[in-house]
Amino acid sequence: MSAYTSEFDDIPGTRVFTAARAKQGYHLNQFCMSLMKAENRERFKADERAYLDEWPMTEEQKQAVLDRDYNRLLDLGGNIYFLAKIFATDGLSYLQAVSTMTGMPIDEYQQMMVSGGRSPDGWRSVQEGN
Amino acid sequence: MARITAGLTTSHVPAIGASIDHGRTQEPYWQPLFAGYDWTKQWAAADPPDVVILVYNDHASAFTPEFVPTFALGCGDEFPPADEGYGPRPVPVVQGDPDLAAHLAQSLILDEFDLTLLYKLEVDHGLTVPLSLVYGQPEAWPTRVIPLAVNVVQYPPPTGHRCYMLGKAIRRAVHSYPEDLSVQVWGTGGMSHQLQGPRAGFINSKFDISFIDRLVTDPDALAQIPHLEYVREAGSEGIELVMQLIMRGAMGPEVKELHRHYHVPGSNTAIGHLVVQPLDILGQEAG
Repeated sequence: MSAYTSEFDDIPGTRVFTAARAKQGYHLNQFCMSLMKAENRERFKADERAYLDEWPMTEEQKQAVLDRDYNRLLDLGGNIYFLAKIFATDGLSYLQAVSTMTGMPIDEYQQMMVSGGRSPDGWRSVQEGN
Repeated sequence: MARITAGLTTSHVPAIGASIDHGRTQEPYWQPLFAGYDWTKQWAAADPPDVVILVYNDHASAFTPEFVPTFALGCGDEFPPADEGYGPRPVPVVQGDPDLAAHLAQSLILDEFDLTLLYKLEVDHGLTVPLSLVYGQPEAWPTRVIPLAVNVVQYPPPTGHRCYMLGKAIRRAVHSYPEDLSVQVWGTGGMSHQLQGPRAGFINSKFDISFIDRLVTDPDALAQIPHLEYVREAGSEGIELVMQLIMRGAMGPEVKELHRHYHVPGSNTAIGHLVVQPLDILGQEAG
């Protein structure tokens, strides 16, 4: 891994969507894009497992979609703008879906945003602890 | 001869578009966000340019995982709004300027910016939300628009410095176009935000305000910021800020600040907005 890529790992709670992750998540993200068509959304909602089995995704990726585990999906090569097609299919907003990755209840997350957002203090660098 | 008459930056959060489309802009949550655009709407209505070169990023709408162009220029006649999963936004079809776009393509590529050229493109909230913020809800947009899509989704995106240099090349390209046109350059996206992982909700107002200040007065130094600093200080999606440097590069060395607005939050994002005028509009002092 290049220094350029590994430097981002020092930033807490963050997964940067690199070219390597894009390759890893290619079929996962293609599945997500398919949900931009209404007929595909209907088929997915009718039988999620059967629809996922039409895609050459790993079992881990399929399970993470079924679990709506967005942090896991980021680890497996997903990117938020592709994953957005899943939560749009579920009728969720960005705010609602994004909050699930923080471990905070939605109302607490929303209150944090209205109060100015998550402070950068303590979230800049693992190594520097700032 | 074509000339660059103004530049602006603005965030392009999808929820802003939804708020406009559903008539919710005067709700307490949204009102202060939109109030900061009142000045701009008046300014924009008074003297719309012939063309806006609108720098934005696609959000997995037109560009699939199959192709990831770093810089892509919209050269078509028109650009319909994309269906992002909730149905297309109820906004006018964006009219292009294929003649100026062809000139830009030639000038920029010969200037060693190897653009991807798009002759068919649906535009998502990244492009249509800024138009709505500035022009409201007209039957037709009052200006032609040339989309310039920048990859800020997959790393590495272009560096801030490369964006700044592209802006300068756009200035040269516009100034070498023989038709008498007023052209604005808009740089959209940002400000600090992060839409992923346990750090989601990240906002850094101190960095954002400093970014706006430096964009106005010290863009040469601002253009040197590495990607790592954007992600550390402005969040993983705050990397969109590099696009604002394209606007700034196109303005020439000095600008006059006409208006600015900063508000937290718009959904998950810090909203920043700036309007500037180049001090040198083809050798004429700005008024």
